[in-house]
Amino acid sequence: MYIIEKSLKLSENVYEIWVNAPHVTRNAKAGQFVIVRTDETGERIPLTISKISGDLVRIIFMAVGKTTHALAAVPAGGAISDIAGPLGCPSEIKKYGTCVLVGGGVGIASTPVIAHALKDAGNRVIGILGARNADLLILEDEMAEICDKLLIATDDGSKGHHGFAADLLKQVISEEKVDAVWIIGPTIMMKVTSNVTREQGIKTFVSLNPIMVDGTGMCGSCRCIVDGKTKFACVDGPEFDAHQVDFDNLMQRQRYYMEHEKEALALWKEHQCTCGGQH
Amino acid sequence: MGDRSVADRLKDFEEVDTGLSPEEAIEEAGRCLQCKKPGCVDGCPVNIDIPAFVALIAKGEFLPAAESIRQQNLLPAICGRVCPQETQCEALCILGKKDTPIRIGQLERFAADQERAKGLTVPARKTATGKRVAVIGSGPAGIVAAGELAKDGHDVVLYESLHAPGGVLTYGIPSFRLPKDVVKAEIDLILAMGVDLRLNHLVGRTVSFEELEGYDAILLGTGAGLPYFMGIPGENLSGVYSANEFLTRVNLMHAERFPEYDTPVAKMSRVVVVGGGNVAMDAARTARRMGAQVNLVYRRREEDLPARAAEVHHAQEEGIEFITCANPIRILGEQVVTGIECIRMQMCNLDESGRPIPEPIDNDTFTLDCDVVIQAIGQGPNPVLVSQIPGLDKGRAGNVVTEEDGRTSHPKIFAAGDVTTGAATVIMAMGGAKQAARSISEMLGSR
Repeated sequence: MYIIEKSLKLSENVYEIWVNAPHVTRNAKAGQFVIVRTDETGERIPLTISKISGDLVRIIFMAVGKTTHALAAVPAGGAISDIAGPLGCPSEIKKYGTCVLVGGGVGIASTPVIAHALKDAGNRVIGILGARNADLLILEDEMAEICDKLLIATDDGSKGHHGFAADLLKQVISEEKVDAVWIIGPTIMMKVTSNVTREQGIKTFVSLNPIMVDGTGMCGSCRCIVDGKTKFACVDGPEFDAHQVDFDNLMQRQRYYMEHEKEALALWKEHQCTCGGQH
Repeated sequence: MGDRSVADRLKDFEEVDTGLSPEEAIEEAGRCLQCKKPGCVDGCPVNIDIPAFVALIAKGEFLPAAESIRQQNLLPAICGRVCPQETQCEALCILGKKDTPIRIGQLERFAADQERAKGLTVPARKTATGKRVAVIGSGPAGIVAAGELAKDGHDVVLYESLHAPGGVLTYGIPSFRLPKDVVKAEIDLILAMGVDLRLNHLVGRTVSFEELEGYDAILLGTGAGLPYFMGIPGENLSGVYSANEFLTRVNLMHAERFPEYDTPVAKMSRVVVVGGGNVAMDAARTARRMGAQVNLVYRRREEDLPARAAEVHHAQEEGIEFITCANPIRILGEQVVTGIECIRMQMCNLDESGRPIPEPIDNDTFTLDCDVVIQAIGQGPNPVLVSQIPGLDKGRAGNVVTEEDGRTSHPKIFAAGDVTTGAATVIMAMGGAKQAARSISEMLGSR
């Protein structure tokens, strides 16, 4: 069992937890993830490592399905059955020059640890955070502290640029030379945003989030098409060259269990009601 | 006792073979000729003194029989069930020349089950050596090596990347062939010898190779967990599974009990399994229990199926339809699988192993409708750790090259099981693990 030391709600449906997991924190690097299983009947889900502090690993996630709702419901001091990691290859951190980190929605969770590593490697780092509205924007202060420059976009214009993160990325690359870009967010956002850097051939990474089971390269559930070849996101990724990824295939595979997910969530919510939130 | 009826067993995931009753076991054991030079022992990869334990069963001394097996085999209830005895010990039984050989596997299982029902005794350890050994992977090779090394008095740390130990015994082999309480009891016994099991540790990521070097010796038992795909069009459609994924969802994560368990698996009505080995049979029979109609497509002839004859027989009894001399060339569907196109194969010259080489017959294709395709065409060694060890000799398939004693090209590292051989059997992995554990103890000066 692993103790959740802190648990807080960041915005509507977005939660931050700190899990005591020294085996994960000891070797965790930017860009890696963990696999979490809440309890004995739980499924294994991948979640990005957002920050490390001593023995604690920070995970930020959106409650969308049963497992993420159940995870959000674990109070501080409560425990989860399993956390495995760090998993996946770390981000390719080196001195590029100027790097832009684009985070969309809950995908922003992954950006501080990468921004930090890029700064430590001597890069100038520009952050671009995009969210549907100002209330859903997370980690703004933290990113402002790490980045040399931070830009904000909201779909409804309630904060920063009225529009998409992709617009701001376009603006940045028109103003200065950019050597590497990370785009982390919903798959459709990564697909659209990575088109901004395609023409100029700017090195662009995306962090893929396909359905996984073991996360160790054993099952192939997370296979993606990159440069026409099948890759396992759990061990070959999760970061890949954005301009080589088949996003349509990824989105199609991400939707496969949608009916199951709805059924499991409905059942969980029903159970929450009948027992007065005791479970 | 024997197999449960097909109608019964398709309703659940309980064990198909109910084993022998005490009377049946005594009678079967009584047939043994107690050969002076027993061929059966030569056929056993871990050299169990088969005539000795069979004689004890014949006398009704079941617990001493189990104890006798345990001298050489720490996982008798597992081996009794999943060893291919028909090509090992039983193949060399003299009675097999004229009649049926002694059912050694059944007797091994019987003795082990009798012992487990009475409660297992933790094997004794030698005096502590103060040496620390890391065992990577808790499948058949790792678990046996950990047990042998603990017996020799070493401090053993056993690393496992999943949330439960057992490797393929847990995630791969279905409970209708190997019940999970049997696996748990035999593994728990080894852990009770003082083995320090660390779950959720993927060595190569959670623990770096440099950190491993702090141990006095390292045993790699990381198995052959990397599933192969055929590389045909449509393979990344939703509904195409590797056998590993499909079996892991059910065996380890209990997707058959969704939504009581959270992990889903596709709702399936027609399934095509590709491959002809034991894993293909396991996948097909699992899909059958999920209520699907199942076709198994294999590129050679029925007599070439690499699966155990008993498994093929069980699969056929359970209504799995075999389509032999055929190979998939394309998986059909827009988003989700709707069918699979196959080509007929003809058998041409023999390969080195004496099996015919299948060649496609031009334009002779056919299509099967299906909503799920499961590829069970083999697995290779998982590269996560072995690719990070500098200077480690590897074979063409990425397997770790070892001497007969389990030594690798790295002085502190030994290896056993599928990571050295490619996908093989539980008992071959155990035999290799025992040998490698002995070599480690010799190196550490305690033998």
